[in-house]
Amino acid sequence: MSILVDKNTKVIVQGLTGKEGTFHAKACAAYGTKIVGGVTPGKGGTTHEGFPVFNTVQEAVDKTGADASVIFVPPAFAADAVMEAADAEIELIVCITEGVPANDMLRVWDYLQDRRARLIGPNCPGIISPGKCKIGIMPGHIHREGNVGIVSRSGTLTYEAVYQLSKRGIGQSTAIGIGGDPIIGTNFVDALELFNKDPQTEAIVMIGEIGGNAEETAADYIKAHVKKPVVSFIAGQTAPPGRRMGHAGAIISGGHGTAAEKVKALEAAGIRVAKTPAVIGELVAQVLGAAAKA
Amino acid sequence: MKIHEYQAKSILAKYGVPIPRGEVATSREEAEAVARKLFSEGASGVVVKAQIHAGGRGKGGGVKIAKSVEEAGELASKMLGMKLVTHQTGPEGRVVRRLLIEETLPIARELYLGMLLDRAEAKLVVMASAAGGMEIEQVAAENPDAILKEYIDSGSGLAAFQARKIGYFLGLKPGEVNQLVILLIGLYKAYVETDASLVEINPLIVTSDGRIFALDAKVNFDDNSLFRHKDIRDLRDITEEDPLEVEASKYGLNYIKLDGNVGCMVNGAGLAMATMDIIQFAGGMPANFLDVGGGANEEQVTHAFEILLSDKNVRAVLINIFGGILRVDTLANGVVAAARKTNIQLPIVLRLEGTNVEQGREILRNSGLNFIVAETMKDAAEKVVGAAKGR
Repeated sequence: MSILVDKNTKVIVQGLTGKEGTFHAKACAAYGTKIVGGVTPGKGGTTHEGFPVFNTVQEAVDKTGADASVIFVPPAFAADAVMEAADAEIELIVCITEGVPANDMLRVWDYLQDRRARLIGPNCPGIISPGKCKIGIMPGHIHREGNVGIVSRSGTLTYEAVYQLSKRGIGQSTAIGIGGDPIIGTNFVDALELFNKDPQTEAIVMIGEIGGNAEETAADYIKAHVKKPVVSFIAGQTAPPGRRMGHAGAIISGGHGTAAEKVKALEAAGIRVAKTPAVIGELVAQVLGAAAKA
Repeated sequence: MKIHEYQAKSILAKYGVPIPRGEVATSREEAEAVARKLFSEGASGVVVKAQIHAGGRGKGGGVKIAKSVEEAGELASKMLGMKLVTHQTGPEGRVVRRLLIEETLPIARELYLGMLLDRAEAKLVVMASAAGGMEIEQVAAENPDAILKEYIDSGSGLAAFQARKIGYFLGLKPGEVNQLVILLIGLYKAYVETDASLVEINPLIVTSDGRIFALDAKVNFDDNSLFRHKDIRDLRDITEEDPLEVEASKYGLNYIKLDGNVGCMVNGAGLAMATMDIIQFAGGMPANFLDVGGGANEEQVTHAFEILLSDKNVRAVLINIFGGILRVDTLANGVVAAARKTNIQLPIVLRLEGTNVEQGREILRNSGLNFIVAETMKDAAEKVVGAAKGR
């Protein structure tokens, strides 16, 4: 099964003709993703690297039957791109763009409320169902198909976790980077709910970081609803308060959002929390082993 | 991005938020001139306020009242150039370079108003409390019921009825509520139009004759939005920032200086934080947070290297890269170029994985430079901590 994306997902690339859009469209297609076209206003009717280019998302959807979109446009235009995709009834919108203004995301959030689209990101690496579909910037070759679902606020830290799992021969059902911004389309709870229902997923890795209280909310949700084993790691145990640690959302403010608070909430919900990122793979192997014996 | 109180007040005043009369001064003479003007306009006293990017200035001796022009001059000459230490500056404090000289007002009540993004609700929220002058975090911890949170609909904006509700919650009289409504609508407009990330008025005062003023003001801006606000970018005071962090920001690098001696360069904020964490777990202390970003090029990596090495506390460097957007070969070229350029003598531990990793390793091997290569994060952390300790 996997969640949200599989080998039938048809993807368009908003911002296809830019440098990043071009590089990653090719990388995704090489992985096996059905990239069916791209959107760059003003370049409609041309082809780029063999992909048809359209002026609008609506036109791209009408001509290609795309049901997912990945966005590589610059930050100033990202909110507009998300809304355009939602308006064209794209079901899954993956916004890779980093640096989208928070006030723009407030408008986007509001806009998406009564529309069917699910947004992943912004400021995220995207989503991959190994062996089936990769929509994003993650290095595909480190993944392998399997039974562990991964959800994370960080990009490269997700790769780290995936790499540790794959090296141990443990594959992934789907890995989602939900993004490091304060306002994101898909949060931990959304992803956990999907993994909990997905028959392919037997264990879940949740990678959080300082700032906000999404990990605490997720801990409550896991305790109440998730029957599958969950392993977690929280980045930023050594982060100083009041400083924005790279991600717009990674900040300890007013003494809240610390790694210690989050670890405490997760452990109280019975979740195994890795003390360092180096042992994530080991803990997953343990919980899977325990589940196999039970 | 942070700005000074006087800058925040000047922005809010443009949006109709009442502020006390006053002006900024950078010398004793200027301070006296401002004080003279305020006294001649009928002020019964003036307050001399040190302008630094940190709270708790009053307790640190950075806010004092003068009853005469002479006294204002005395205070100004003492305050300018002094190192102001507050609970937010750290023990090293901040040098006071500017003062705000303002009229004093007859304070009857001190209240609190804040506007910020509520991440969980994905809405802006106004926070109001009758406990002005106290830090809102303290109020929230001790007496959460004393805070009213009013969420703002992103489509329709802050409505007048919400502003009235806040006014009545704060126990304002009818005439005062009307003033608060105008203030709050202005505050919301200021927040949205300037792309703020926090607006705080603490205290908001009611005078004994029923007027409302923002006695203090703090405005922070969303860094992601600065590209569309040149006027706000111009308000940046780099003397308030760490020089290395200023240098890093020129190249789009996220660098934060810390107290340890293990320098680290990582791609991605989460992995960068996790790398700091594992350095500490291995018994060392990180010297910095440095995220070279997902799309870094060779030039940026070179600059990152130079910044990392200009911290004299650094004894060893850990480079931990998991290549996604940033290709490992790009990084390797940058590292080799930077190591040659800076003629680095410190031990460098490298841990590379991801896209084009083989090409990257090849570049390092052929460089003739003496890098320590690590396989896993744990291995890398142990090697670099050992190297920093001279083992």
